[in-house]
Amino acid sequence: MSNLVLKYTVDNEDFTRAGEASSDVKKKLKMMGVPPEAVRKVAIAMYEGEINMVIHADGGEITVEITPTQIVMVLKDKGPGITDIEKAMQAGYSTASENIRALGFGAGMGLPNMKKYSDEMDIDTVIGVGTTVTMKVNI
Amino acid sequence: MTIADVKRLLNAEILCGKEYVSKDVHTACGSDLMSDVLAFVKDQSVLLTGLCNPQVIRTAEMMDIICICFIRGKKPEENIIELAKDRGLVVMTSPLRMFEACGELYANGLSGGELLE
Repeated sequence: MSNLVLKYTVDNEDFTRAGEASSDVKKKLKMMGVPPEAVRKVAIAMYEGEINMVIHADGGEITVEITPTQIVMVLKDKGPGITDIEKAMQAGYSTASENIRALGFGAGMGLPNMKKYSDEMDIDTVIGVGTTVTMKVNI
Repeated sequence: MTIADVKRLLNAEILCGKEYVSKDVHTACGSDLMSDVLAFVKDQSVLLTGLCNPQVIRTAEMMDIICICFIRGKKPEENIIELAKDRGLVVMTSPLRMFEACGELYANGLSGGELLE
């Protein structure tokens, strides 16, 4: 069986729509009969990533590949890049604006949550060019 | 405890999902920070929040939370309720403040669940 690949464009124009891609992936994985624990891990990790793309990077592209053994999410943006990854990985550290905090995000838990819910995570970032986050969840 | 018990204890009004009130709830979480909610994993939970935007519904959806209670009498806009209806969630509004709402549920046997470390 060939792997299923899903592609999404995340735009930054409307914060209220952030999470639509993650919601769609969750629905599709459920329908495919992927175990609930893996579905939830993918949904949360991708949702945090999607929110990050909207908050920090003017949106971007997400590709989700579903293989028989794992789900691979690649989140690619053309944002400002992450200056200090070590700091960004610390729970509670955030560069988000007050405006974003008022919406319930920017608590400095995005990247830590993404790492927590994925079995493998890799961040490739170049200042001024963009960031690509790859997350894998085993089925 | 069922969702109907939560409604009674919090003196709440149900805004959507009346058909699901006999469902059991096992844990609860009270927060206005959605990233903190996303750090918490437990099935069949209630979310108590003072935050009123569509991301509350999406967060609940990702976490498999089955009931959301807006506190301090807050009522979300119709588009938020529509989103919740579409996801099969129960949404209610309670006049209680966060501390009181959490206290009522805790005192009546709901726990906070576990953090995923």
